[in-house]
Amino acid sequence: MLAKRIIPCLDVRDGKVVKGVNFQGIKEVGDPVECAYEYNLQGADEIVFYDITASHEGRGVMLDVVRNTAKKVFVPLTVGGGIKTVDDIRETLRAGADKVSVNSQAVRDPMLIKEGADIFGSQCICVGIDAKKVSDGKWTVYINGGRIDMKLDLIDWVKQVEQLGAGEICLNSIDTDGVREGFDIPMLDAVCKAVKIPVIASGGAGKLGDFADAFLKTDCSAALAASLFHFKELTVEQVKDDCRAKGIRIR
Amino acid sequence: MIAVIDYGAGNIFSVKNALDHLGYENILTKSETDIKNADAVILPGVGAFPWAMKMLSESGLVDTIKTEARKKPFLGICLGMQLLFDKGFEFEECAGLGLIKGHVDRIEETDLVIPHMGWNKLEINHDCPLFNGLSEDEYVYFVHSYKAFCDDENLYAYCEYGHKVPALVSDGKTVFGAQFHPEKSGKTGLKILENFVMLSREGK
Repeated sequence: MLAKRIIPCLDVRDGKVVKGVNFQGIKEVGDPVECAYEYNLQGADEIVFYDITASHEGRGVMLDVVRNTAKKVFVPLTVGGGIKTVDDIRETLRAGADKVSVNSQAVRDPMLIKEGADIFGSQCICVGIDAKKVSDGKWTVYINGGRIDMKLDLIDWVKQVEQLGAGEICLNSIDTDGVREGFDIPMLDAVCKAVKIPVIASGGAGKLGDFADAFLKTDCSAALAASLFHFKELTVEQVKDDCRAKGIRIR
Repeated sequence: MIAVIDYGAGNIFSVKNALDHLGYENILTKSETDIKNADAVILPGVGAFPWAMKMLSESGLVDTIKTEARKKPFLGICLGMQLLFDKGFEFEECAGLGLIKGHVDRIEETDLVIPHMGWNKLEINHDCPLFNGLSEDEYVYFVHSYKAFCDDENLYAYCEYGHKVPALVSDGKTVFGAQFHPEKSGKTGLKILENFVMLSREGK
């Protein structure tokens, strides 16, 4: 059976790794190619670049980052942020990404998921989702970096995403993101039960046991974190050792 | 020189990147001469079986591949591995390269997600030079919806995904096929690629 994946995420703005808390207070923390290489050495199963550059010029810079990373990092690379069209997907894959993650644009135009999957294969299309709790067992989907509530029910949306051909879902909880008290287990569990495609847990990892917790309490396939790894509070290796010790199948 | 066959299939750059990183001279090519002169040949591939066979035959490479693959180390990766078999059933029945006995058909696992995508454990069935230096606990990266059906003698390694999924196949001589992506399988994958290239340097 497949191993559970540990995925470090690098938020990139204008070719530099940055990290914010609750979508605010951004600071620069390094060179993305070097960071990706370091994570690769630590045993990362996959690396995600999340492009938070707003400008068009920034996209070109991001593609260079992907190109340079693909020359020295030999695990799958995913690029998200600002992907709006089939051409954006093509360009990103050509630069050396193995998958793209579409988020806001997929909500505005769900057919982007279907077109992307039909042309490049489901395995290339990850749908990133930011969601927030409304009441127990109910969440809605937000876009534009968690700023706009689309009043779209999370569970309805993940089912639609799967049906349109997405290969994977990266589920970020706005409630737990940056809080560092663990992944949003109820939300994650509800989504894992609603779809068959792999679900990546995102938002909230703050300590070693949080990753194993997500794997033991839900059927998620992978867990993603950014700041925890950036600030070297934990290495990917430590997280993997902890999961292994708890009987979780890890590479 | 290692020839990486470029017939329009996606993501051949990652194979090139991996070979560059390992320091092996290589060329992306669809020239018959390059393939004939190469010390080893890699056939990558992402896409559909009938489409890939069509591209290979339009490039006039099918006969060259069939001949050269018996003379020197030849490695098919992912779809390139599937093309090594007699035939495939992706969308329609289509003849393959016929270098290894068997066929390719859809993974039928009702409870499991298809494509089979992610890191899975390599279970060794027969020893093979490509496994030199590997431990018993190695994971490699897979992305595919179709799998090979072949004889045990050609099945060198598999992984468990519902049923056995052929991971590394060989004719026992010069032809090898990896269902996984060695170029995306971290250190393990690079070691397998290195072992493959070393086959072409033996006795030189």
